[in-house]
Amino acid sequence: MPPGPDGTLASVERRAVPSGSPPTPHPDAGRPVALSPVGRGRVGSVWRKRATIALFLLPAVALYILFVLVPIFQGAYYSVFDWNGLAPLTDFVGLDNYREALADPDFLASVRHVFVIVGLSLVLQLPFALGLAVLLNRKFRGRAVLRLLFFLPYVLAEVITAVVWKLILQPGGMGDRTLELLGLGAFSHLWLADTGVVLYTMFLVITWKYFGFHMILYLAGLQQIPQELQEAAAIDGASKWKTFRHVTLPLLGPTIRISVFLSIIGSLQLFDLVWVMTGGGPLDASNTMAVYMFDRGFQRSRFGYGSAVAVLVFLLCFVFALGYQRFVLRRDVRGALTSMGAA
Amino acid sequence: MRRSLARSALLLGALALVVASCGGDDDDDGGAAPTEPAATDAPGTTGAPGTTGAPGTTGASGTAPATSGEPVTIEWWHISNNDPGLSLWQAVADEYMADHPNVTIDITVYENEAFKTAIAPRLQAGDPPDLFQSWGGGGLKEQVEAGLVRDISAEVEPWIGDLNEAAVGMYQVDGVQYGVPWDLGMVGFWYNKALFEQAGIDAPPATWEEFLEDVQTLKDAGITPLALGEGDKWPGMFWWAYLALRLGGVEAMEQAADEGAWDAEPFIQAGTELQRLIDVDPFQEGFLAAVWDGAGGQAATMATGDAAMMLMGQWAPGTINANSPDGNGLGDDLGWFPFPAVEGGAGDPTDAFGGGNGIAVGKDAPPEAVDFLKYATSLDVANRWGETNSGILPVTTGSDSSITDPNLTGVLDARANAKFVQLYLDQATTPELGAVINDAVAELYGGQASPEQVAQTIADAAGA
Repeated sequence: MPPGPDGTLASVERRAVPSGSPPTPHPDAGRPVALSPVGRGRVGSVWRKRATIALFLLPAVALYILFVLVPIFQGAYYSVFDWNGLAPLTDFVGLDNYREALADPDFLASVRHVFVIVGLSLVLQLPFALGLAVLLNRKFRGRAVLRLLFFLPYVLAEVITAVVWKLILQPGGMGDRTLELLGLGAFSHLWLADTGVVLYTMFLVITWKYFGFHMILYLAGLQQIPQELQEAAAIDGASKWKTFRHVTLPLLGPTIRISVFLSIIGSLQLFDLVWVMTGGGPLDASNTMAVYMFDRGFQRSRFGYGSAVAVLVFLLCFVFALGYQRFVLRRDVRGALTSMGAA
Repeated sequence: MRRSLARSALLLGALALVVASCGGDDDDDGGAAPTEPAATDAPGTTGAPGTTGAPGTTGASGTAPATSGEPVTIEWWHISNNDPGLSLWQAVADEYMADHPNVTIDITVYENEAFKTAIAPRLQAGDPPDLFQSWGGGGLKEQVEAGLVRDISAEVEPWIGDLNEAAVGMYQVDGVQYGVPWDLGMVGFWYNKALFEQAGIDAPPATWEEFLEDVQTLKDAGITPLALGEGDKWPGMFWWAYLALRLGGVEAMEQAADEGAWDAEPFIQAGTELQRLIDVDPFQEGFLAAVWDGAGGQAATMATGDAAMMLMGQWAPGTINANSPDGNGLGDDLGWFPFPAVEGGAGDPTDAFGGGNGIAVGKDAPPEAVDFLKYATSLDVANRWGETNSGILPVTTGSDSSITDPNLTGVLDARANAKFVQLYLDQATTPELGAVINDAVAELYGGQASPEQVAQTIADAAGA
């Protein structure tokens, strides 16, 4: 939901600028033209152009408003009521729902779980994906097959992934049997039934599911780096590590920043894998914010309270997304815009 | 500058359009009558009852005078999404339509959980189907308070006496009938006779102390005594609720329901007794994450003979079969016994904890819909349901003999003897409180709360 609002809007505007004035690179170029002797005709054509833009934008804007903006405001409106989803909206409770959520240990635990997942993803999953990408960027036999294999989990539907892993991880399931066969029977756990283990089990499955996606991102980034730069570094006598650290990694910066952004937003919204595998349990030990919201809202028919939780999650994502774009992605975005304008 | 002005004007215009269309929808809810028959039902409903054709007859042929004879479509949502139920309901609808050429019954079938998701927006829009699945209790009460279901007391008065009284009561709110039951079952113990024999237990326990001894005996014999799918939470709640019913009886249950006295002594004691059981560690490995129906779940554990018994409703045999490798479950090894008496408890040992299926009548349903319910719960249809031996226990008087499965007959006998049937707690209360009860009891199984804390949590939520 959050990358939608500002991401989509930004792209809509961005697209509007170049398509609105294709021949003139500068958006304000039309203004002095309006004062010229042939003014009337030009003004008319400018307005006609604008009408065309408006017409083409209308469906997208209408859909966007209907399915993104209206629900957000509706959610915010519902969140100040005690509402079971059936009765009329009469029980106005102000900010009580928010107070309750922020005081509910279950909700706070779900926030904590999400941040554990975010932290682990940044520290383990992404470096792992980057390492694989670097390895798979070399030329060797079977490279394409390996890339495909590593990317495959990402193609699977979330629900299928969850069901399969649930079967593997159940007591005495394939996971435990494999460990036994390897002589590691002592390592077998109640992967999904132990409240102290389940969150890390979830992280394992999340990593399995998504590392391929980040790997492909990094691979694409790596292939944009001109070979010459690495050759130049090598000629200058830089070691493999130094070449990676001082040439490859900085040039991969934009890709990494986007990958981190997607990873964090994805973790903040984590729902389907958890819902199908554990339902947030046992005893809420693997609850995420989205699972908590769905459970309170839909399962318990507390649509007002669920909306309040949704608004909190939205705000968290929104503030993060804006901050990240403002402070981390700024250079990348500006580069993209200027290069588009110049083209 | 002007460019951005134009853009904002455009946005505003689009916004206005959307808002306008939304507003239009909202108006529909209150205003226009959605269907033709709904408009005609108001005069018809009140006058007619009492004059229907011979009460207790099984045929659908007796036309109710309340109905108009004009073309009518009845929208019906049910959850019998597997055979034999799926075909049976379709056949019943077809027969009724054949007898009433002006009536079209439009059936939509959902899986249990999918139904709950699908019905919510229809109810929120104030446009319930004419007939839809209901479990009675707190969920129905919320629908009544929102004005989404119709008072059918007068229309069903001539024939509702043919149905099981306890079941009928579950579809009443403040004495007014809003729906009709067609199935009522109860929770009890399903056990593996072979494993009991192996452990040297020759008769099912009659008291709670005997039960705890049997659990120990099974454990000593190297058999997992109990299967539980606590990942779903409601299977564990059955234990606590049944113990509370045995310990506190009808009185405690009613006080809890009416005054929120969930922290009364019987409920704390129920937790204490349950704690005694949990402390023995009688459940299969990983039961906290197991589900009821699914791989490695409660039913599957029973089906593969990995546990000796479980506490579950009358639908258990079907699910056990579905979760067994060959689809035949435990066959003749499956037995049933009622929840044992608890020594010193105020409750009657015959009191049952159960629930079933019913059909609620939407606020705009035509009189024909109610007339159809008369046929759907007739002795003929009830017998056909009974003959399926699929775990559906029809509530129509005289239909008991249609059931031949020995375990289901056992359930049926217990139901007949029960002086009081407590509806499942998560259905008797609001969905919200039901979930709190399930959660609180789950913490007892997880060792995260004491019996007092469990009772207190529920009482706090009920009082809030």
